[in-house]
Parts: sequence; C-alpha cells; structure tokens
Amino acid sequence: MADDDAPFRILPAVTPENEHFWTAGAHGELRFLRCKACELWIHPPGPVCPACLGRELAVEAASGRGTVHTFTVNHQAWIPGFDPPYVVAIVELPEQEGLRLTTNIVGIPHDEVRIGLPVEVTFEAHDGVWIPLFRPSGSGPEGTEDTAS
Amino acid sequence: MTRRKGEQHAVIAGVGQSQVGRRIYRDPLDLTVEAALAAIADAGLTRDDIDGVATYPGVMGAVPGFSGVGVTEIQEALRLELNWFAGGPELPGQLGSVVNAVAAVAAGLADHVLCFRTVWEASAAGDRGRASVTMGGGGGSFRASGFMEWTLPFGAPSAANWIGMMAQRHMHEFGTTREQLAQVALNGRANAARNPNAIYRDPMTLDDYLAARMISTPLGLFDCDVPADGSTAVVVSRADRAGDLRRPPVRIEAMGSALRGRPSWDQFDDLTTMALRDAAAMMWSRTDLRADDVDIAELYDGFSFITLCWLEALGFCGKGEGGPFLAAGRPRARGGVLPLNTNGGQLSGGRLHGYGFLHEACLQLWGEAGERQVDEPPETAVAAAGGGPLASCLLLAAP
Repeated sequence: MADDDAPFRILPAVTPENEHFWTAGAHGELRFLRCKACELWIHPPGPVCPACLGRELAVEAASGRGTVHTFTVNHQAWIPGFDPPYVVAIVELPEQEGLRLTTNIVGIPHDEVRIGLPVEVTFEAHDGVWIPLFRPSGSGPEGTEDTAS
Repeated sequence: MTRRKGEQHAVIAGVGQSQVGRRIYRDPLDLTVEAALAAIADAGLTRDDIDGVATYPGVMGAVPGFSGVGVTEIQEALRLELNWFAGGPELPGQLGSVVNAVAAVAAGLADHVLCFRTVWEASAAGDRGRASVTMGGGGGSFRASGFMEWTLPFGAPSAANWIGMMAQRHMHEFGTTREQLAQVALNGRANAARNPNAIYRDPMTLDDYLAARMISTPLGLFDCDVPADGSTAVVVSRADRAGDLRRPPVRIEAMGSALRGRPSWDQFDDLTTMALRDAAAMMWSRTDLRADDVDIAELYDGFSFITLCWLEALGFCGKGEGGPFLAAGRPRARGGVLPLNTNGGQLSGGRLHGYGFLHEACLQLWGEAGERQVDEPPETAVAAAGGGPLASCLLLAAP
C-alpha cells in the first residue's frame, strides 16, 4: 500500500490493455508496448503500431530516465485528499522523441523544477497499481531500485 | 481555389442570447429556449422554419453545468419537426456544431439549422444543493479511464493544468512572459466595460492581474475564464433563401476543423499550438483571404494562453511572437490595431463556451454591437473556439 504521506490518488481502471503499464512498478520498471517490426514505442497502448501498422507488439522496459518537457505547479485543490501545491509535468523519455507521459515531479522543491531537468522514475504503490512518478536523476536512495513496496 | 466549398451555400441568418450571469438559477432548458427563440426571430424566421438542430456537447449529466440540454430537449420544448440533427462532444471544439450545420445545409439535408450552446456552470457550483462541478473525483470505487486515465492519478483533472503546461513550454521556447499574457485579460476587461451582459466590468490593472492567486503556474485566476450561466444560439440557413430573412445574412468565407496531430492534451507533437494550428491551416487553405484582411478577431479565451495561440495559429503574428504582438498592442501590417474579443471574451464576459465569439463576430459584422461597435465597419471577422485537441474556426464576411 501507499506510504502514509502519499496523497489520495484517483486510480486508473486497469484493463488487459493497460495492465503492463500500471503494474510494471512492482518490478521497478517503466514498461510500454513496442512494435516488433519497426521498434516504435507506443503510449498510450493500442492494438496496432500507429507508424507501420504492425500487429506484433511486445511489452518492453524503458530505461526509466527522462527529462522534464514541461510542468506546472498546481495550486488549486481539485481532489479532496490530494493537497496543493504539487508539480504536474510531462516527462519525455530518451528512448524516442515524443515518448511522453504526464506525471508528478517529486523529491525537489517546487520552485527548483525546470524544463530540461533530468529525472528518473520512482513508483508509488496503491491497491495493485504502481503510479510512475519522477524525481531528479540520482536523487534516489543509494543502492535501492525504487520506492515500490 | 479549386476545392469545392460548401461554405458558400450556407449563411448565418440570426443570433440570440439568453440572460447571462452568475448563479442565476434558471433551468438550462429555459435559457436555451430564450436564446433559440431570439435567434429565430432575429433571422426573421419562425419556429416552423427550423428543420435542423446542431449542438455541442449534448447532454452530459456526469459534469453538472457543462451542459444539460441536448437536441432532444429543445426539439421537445419547441416541438420542432426536424430533417437533420446532430449533437455531441466528439467535435472539433464548440463551434464544430456550427461546422456540422453548415455541412448539413450545404448537403441539402436542412434549410434552417438552430445551433446552440448552453452552460450553467455558475449555478452548478453554487449553493442551492446542486451537485458540485467535478471531473469524476471524490474517491470511493471510481477509477479513471479514457484520457483522464493519464492525468487524474496525478492530480491534474483540469484544463488549467494541461494549458498551464503548454503555456510554460511556450515561455520556455519563446520567452513569453506573464506580463504579455496579461494583455489578453486586460483587453478583455476593458472591452467588457462596454458590454452590458459581461460579468466582470470593473477596470483591472496589470498589478491586479499579477496579484491574483495562482491556479496552475503560470496561469493565475485572471488567466482563467469565469463560469457563467447562459445560452447562445445561431441560425444557419441556406444561402439561396437569404431573401426570406429579416436582413442580409453574414456570409461564411471559410471554415477550419482539422485535427492532424494526436488527439490528446499531452501527446500532441507541438504543445505550444496543438489543434489550433491544424484548424487555422485548413481554414486558410479554403480562401484567398489572409490574416491581414481580417478586421476583427474573436478568439477563444477559456484561458488567456489559448487566445495567444490562436493569434499565432491564424497568422496574425508569427509562431512564438504572440507575446510581443500582444505587448505591442496588436499592430497590423496595414496599419491600426487588430480589435480582439470585443465583448470581453470569456475571461470577463463569462464562459459561454465558444458560441459567444461567434455571436459577437456576427453582431459586429451587422453593425449591431452597440456601444462596443468597432469604429471602422468590419468586412471580415474570425471567430475561433477551442483549445488543446479541440479546435475550429470560421472566417466570416459582412453581408
């Protein structure tokens, strides 16, 4: 379960199509679908490679590294139990231009987050779902894989 | 131009608007009827002439105030006999419903289409026991799906978050500043003073803007439009029936409804322009007119940043130059200043969600905008609505 200091999070509906993404944190990995024919990383998941229309897709782990493509410091209370301020960001992964996901940046003061900041994935476990968050590269506990528990 | 243009077969015959305000606690269907009957009368038509209905987004009960009135409600209330109708959220923005209506008229499926958009978000967020405006939050067993699957778990349920990230990226790439963005809000507030139906009419200064509380950086309170109650309607008619109308109609020179990038707020290739780029490019591909020919611009401002994006996408200034263009007072190549959001937009006029821009453009082209009528009689106007992956725009011409 989540740490006591984790916010209340509205969780995704896990389906056979997205399970690989939302549960990969159990293994400390960030996983996506990838086309076996043209090697395109595909996110969000779909039934076909949108580039070559290949139908053979496999789940593969990305490096877990990324950079902050853009971000916002949210100050508005939208969701009871998820208290502002917090940083929402779009992180782009080095595996492929445009391979991005919306996430939170943690482990850094809000006013120090910058576009281009190198970050690495960390996970927050909630009720069978591992939420991928990002923290500044190299800021994790020494010698541990991640915070999944 | 060699492309066949349906636009030339349709016109805007009349416009109407209900009472507009904060928490006026009127039934949204009652507001819709008021706007619809006003638009039909404005066109010089009667209820019996209406044989088509188009609306956005149709009934969406899960999001109180965002809608509540669909095609069937207005058909039943007015007992319309329809040959064609369409309503729903999967459209290129709010004015996508007007694009639909033009297409239907051009295809001969209807002669006079009633188009409308009704909101009651102010009352929905009010204190009379109606459900709060939420985006599916509230915990319990609710699980996010669709696009929200990728944002709700991260506490980002609002377009303020998504647009905030786009604005931040624009600032990073082009050096855009909050002071430049403020010009959209300040222009809207100044124009709202001449609009008796606007919600915020008191003068606002740059200091007021900068002192307002932050919502989602870099967007502060006055970068976000103000929830309102109200309904706006327009009648789209056959161009060859113009003689039946009360006055010469507004002509539709070109429309844009394209979405060529990925249909997502966070996956689109260029977050600093998104679908606005595609809709604007399509519109200009259907006319020989150019941005410098446009006399007035009514450009969606659900957030101030979206207006800046529309200015760039439509070519009123170059890509990335929206900030300096606004700060310089919107100078035009042929001289003078580009009038923008002449009714105050949604930031000060109220969030009538897209249709307010079309309504205002038509009034200006007819010379019926009252105290806020622009000095030079406008020949052309752009009305553009939407943001993110939802966008459409119309280039309109005076009778």
